[in-house]
Amino acid sequence: MSIFEYNGSALVAMVGKNCFAIASDRRLGVQLQTIATDFQKIYRIHNKLFIGLAGLATDAQTLYQRLVFRNKLYHLREERDMKPETFASLVSAVLYEKRFGPYFCQPVIAGLGDDDKPFICTMDSIGAKELAKDFVVAGTASESLYGACESMFKPDMEAEELFETISQALISAVDRDCLSGWGGHVYLVTPTEVTERILKGRMD
Amino acid sequence: MGDSQYSFSLTTFSPSGKLVQIEHALTAVGSGQTSLGIKASNGVVIATEKKLPSILVDEASVQKIQTLTPNIGVVYSGMGPDSRVLVRKSRKQAEQYYRLYKEPIPVTQLVRETATVMQEFTQSGGVRPFGVSLLVAGYDDKGPQLYQVDPSGSYFSWKASAMGKNVSNAKTFLEKRYTEEMELDDAVHTAILTLKEGFEGQISGKNIEIGMIGNDRIFKVLSPSEVEDYLQEAE
Repeated sequence: MSIFEYNGSALVAMVGKNCFAIASDRRLGVQLQTIATDFQKIYRIHNKLFIGLAGLATDAQTLYQRLVFRNKLYHLREERDMKPETFASLVSAVLYEKRFGPYFCQPVIAGLGDDDKPFICTMDSIGAKELAKDFVVAGTASESLYGACESMFKPDMEAEELFETISQALISAVDRDCLSGWGGHVYLVTPTEVTERILKGRMD
Repeated sequence: MGDSQYSFSLTTFSPSGKLVQIEHALTAVGSGQTSLGIKASNGVVIATEKKLPSILVDEASVQKIQTLTPNIGVVYSGMGPDSRVLVRKSRKQAEQYYRLYKEPIPVTQLVRETATVMQEFTQSGGVRPFGVSLLVAGYDDKGPQLYQVDPSGSYFSWKASAMGKNVSNAKTFLEKRYTEEMELDDAVHTAILTLKEGFEGQISGKNIEIGMIGNDRIFKVLSPSEVEDYLQEAE
């Protein structure tokens, strides 16, 4: 079994009209055994910037701690929040530093940039950025997620419709993946507020 | 006063609480050629005298005002070779920032890093402070900015400032002439008039240098003929 499939994960981010949504599953497993059903995979960097980390859980947690450290120092030095594009470049640089002994993580970054324009991107475990205008996926359920998102996505969805779409895509994709699931965790972010919701899906 | 007994080692405080080597470095700056900068409402201008030691020197090969990034420029007063080292280090720091964040470095950050380098040379063994003060002019998301960095590593943001020989006359002149609503072209004229105040000899496009940055956020050093045009307007 690949090291990326040790813990299991499903992550997806989607762009809507002046908003974005980022969602993850909630399972933490050790190969076939489920250890936790409320494991957090999406982290808030600041109110307009979220990062989800798929892959090996220990690397995800350590990487998150390093990124929070870098972001806090940036905030203190520059007296401003990091733009999502800048943060994505930082994550890419941090991952490439470990080119020959990498973090086994795949990040999904979602944020609101200048003028509250939604920004999403993903990258591989050594920092190859992939920008997208519609959606990005990561994790063991990524293939199912690609299919689900491709068919369900429409451009310029409003917040509530975006929430419905991303939730449906996540739940139907993780139901086809034995290593991810046990519910969903969705963050819906608009320029004015952040809404966090838990989804109930098949608990297996 | 006993200060002179402590002037041998850079890293030792004198009883009066000064680092004597830094004071001497400031003296080196103060005997350098005059340079000045003015922040306008829509840009920044920096200028300096370019007095060459002999008429045989090819003045086109000498450039005192340097670009650090496309939107940040710098001029110095003091020892030219020291400024070259700082320019080189600052350029590298700006590029490192860009490589990490894919975003041009904000002016304050670059100034802070340059000042940190200068401070390091006041607290390390076997080195001496830089014999230059820098005037950094830049335009970023926070608007036009002008900073002065001293050999001690302290930096200040100025609306208008001068350094080098004749600094007190130049500053008095600037204080009288400066207005907040000044636009870039007016600032260039004021800069020229300020330089003229203490200038020995005939001022021309070949013995002063002017660099400016406007709303386009591109720092450029004016060519001698462009400087001549401004000189004629300022007459």
